[in-house]
Amino acid sequence: MPTPTLPNLALACTALLRRDLTLAMRHRGEMANPLLFFVLVVSLFPLGLGPDSQTLQTIAPGVIWVAALLAALLSLEGIFRSDFEDGSLEQLLLSPHPAALLVLTKVIAHWLVSGLPLILVAPLLGVLLNLPTAAMGALLASLALGTPVLSLIGAIGVALTVGLRRGGVLLSLLVLPLYVPVLIFAASAVADAGIGLAITAQLYFLGALLALALTLAPLAAAAALRISVS
Amino acid sequence: MPAPVELMDPTTANPSALATAPDRFEAHDLHCIRHDRSLFAGLNFSLTAGQIIQIEGPNGSGKTSLLRMLCGLLQPAQGEVRWRGVDIQAQRAEFLADVAYIGHLHGIKEDLSPRENLRMAQALGRTRNDISLDRALEHVGLYGFEDLPSRTLSAGQRRRVALARLLVLDARVWVLDEPFTALDRSGKALIESMLEAHSRNGGIAIITTHQPVELTQCALLSLQLAA
Amino acid sequence: MWTFFHKLASPKYFYDISGRLLPWFATATVLLLLAGLYQGLWVAPADYQQGESYRIMFIHVPAAWMSMFVYMLMAGAGAIGLIWKIKLADIVAASCAPLGASFTFLALVTGSLWGKPMWGAWWVWDARLTSELILLFLYLGYIALQSAIDDTRTAARASTVLVLVGVVNIPIIHYSVVWWNTLHQGATVTKMGTPSIATSMLIPLLLMALAFKLYFFTVVLLRARNEVLKRESGSGWVKETLGIK
Repeated sequence: MPTPTLPNLALACTALLRRDLTLAMRHRGEMANPLLFFVLVVSLFPLGLGPDSQTLQTIAPGVIWVAALLAALLSLEGIFRSDFEDGSLEQLLLSPHPAALLVLTKVIAHWLVSGLPLILVAPLLGVLLNLPTAAMGALLASLALGTPVLSLIGAIGVALTVGLRRGGVLLSLLVLPLYVPVLIFAASAVADAGIGLAITAQLYFLGALLALALTLAPLAAAAALRISVS
Repeated sequence: MPAPVELMDPTTANPSALATAPDRFEAHDLHCIRHDRSLFAGLNFSLTAGQIIQIEGPNGSGKTSLLRMLCGLLQPAQGEVRWRGVDIQAQRAEFLADVAYIGHLHGIKEDLSPRENLRMAQALGRTRNDISLDRALEHVGLYGFEDLPSRTLSAGQRRRVALARLLVLDARVWVLDEPFTALDRSGKALIESMLEAHSRNGGIAIITTHQPVELTQCALLSLQLAA
Repeated sequence: MWTFFHKLASPKYFYDISGRLLPWFATATVLLLLAGLYQGLWVAPADYQQGESYRIMFIHVPAAWMSMFVYMLMAGAGAIGLIWKIKLADIVAASCAPLGASFTFLALVTGSLWGKPMWGAWWVWDARLTSELILLFLYLGYIALQSAIDDTRTAARASTVLVLVGVVNIPIIHYSVVWWNTLHQGATVTKMGTPSIATSMLIPLLLMALAFKLYFFTVVLLRARNEVLKRESGSGWVKETLGIK
């Protein structure tokens, strides 16, 4: 009898990460949609409120962050829907590897494809809304800490609704209330940095939220996926 | 009588054959409730190494639900499934390493080639080392198609990629839901020969199908689900 | 003791026992409500700062307390149903949700009514009101998820995961809202504080809180009984109870 190779967790996660990134690359066009949405939404505000630079500067942190939330929401379905529809999600759950870690890998892949571009584009949007340069660093830091949390919490919502016919609308209702703490601390960090205040408290909270989400969200999402698949 | 466990040279032995419990796959008192309707109750069977069972029944009798319970995707309302004497819910990782499932959805990603799909399946499960991906794909009749996007393959060819998964993984238990779907006569013969080889190697298989299964080299047990 | 819980888990036993308890709960609710309202609206003196309009606190505060209590109960019942697969626990959790949402809504409305005479605005972004608003969305999400899934057992499991995620998030959400509120306190908006509690005001508050609790238990028993009849409609004892052959 030939010796089988025992399952290797690190190998599984790297293979899964590579697979998801490859799949995203093969649909490169779709990657741009949430990004364009992000830019468009932010651009609408000056059009709606007038171009007064003082107003724009005041609303900039909140507006950029709300737009980031909505863009994240838009891109969430992509985490599990395709896998659910062709049966590869079932195969993932039938793997001997811990489902929570496989889910975490998928969320990381999703963030690399949808969260990271938001961070890269954000300074441009800051410029559009007259964000003071002192706040740029805070904007990037808050997005770097906050967007993974959005992906992680969002993954729970997607996991719960992936089997439903019109899950998209329900997804927003489930996930947006949970996004509120991130929004509050992140927008506050950017606003405070703009007027020269220290933002260590907000960044610590965002960091704590990230740590909590990293540990608990994959477990909740894996449990929700098992339920959705049954 | 379960096949006696042979003691082998530890350097080449299959670790799973050295396990103290013999291969036995059992369903105990399974009760299935779907969409608030009870489909079946008190379902029992026991399979040992080399045995293959065909689940038959009319549409809606719960065949798919039963198969999903057997691989742990669905929780029974009552009862349990046991592998080597232990409830599968109590030994998830060990059981899942030993089982391979092909359901209605074949689990093949359309944007990946057959080779890439198989590589992913290998990473997720326990791989056999005695067969290469190319050999597996050739065996299922996909020679020359290994690197094309699966989207360009026919439904039958995609199902063959899923079958190749059974060849590269070291799974003791095969759970196949309507495996002949979309396959032509040669595809059906392929599955039958794969099942026979699997049984010869001491594997266990549970399949559902409407079509008659022709196995010449091993016995086929049958379980009938009522409507 | 364990056998008692085991028996209680049987829907039929629950139906019988709740049928006997209901009249007591209902009477107690009415009595406490009357006592609480009398104490709150007549006996307690007017607040020197807020005048008579503070009296809405006797509805607003217990409603807010109940909205949290019911959410915790939902989480507990759901967890029991998920871990031990007890149908009755799922039924209780599902029955709690609309009640909890109603209490939350009541807290919001009374909060808004309170705000009008105080600050001249129908809505203030006070920490408690904002938290209650988000809690209402959590309830609505739970109800929406339950109704979107056909299979009862799957719906119960999915919504339990949701409510457990909510339980972890509620302290975080509440803290972040309080933090945000203290940051943005302008001259006109201050904490919707309960006036410094004198005993004459504490008594009606506690009476009303107790009354709301008993009201909740009465109505949740009614809803759960209904739900039990619906879900067990195939079984013999239900047919007997309803007089169906």
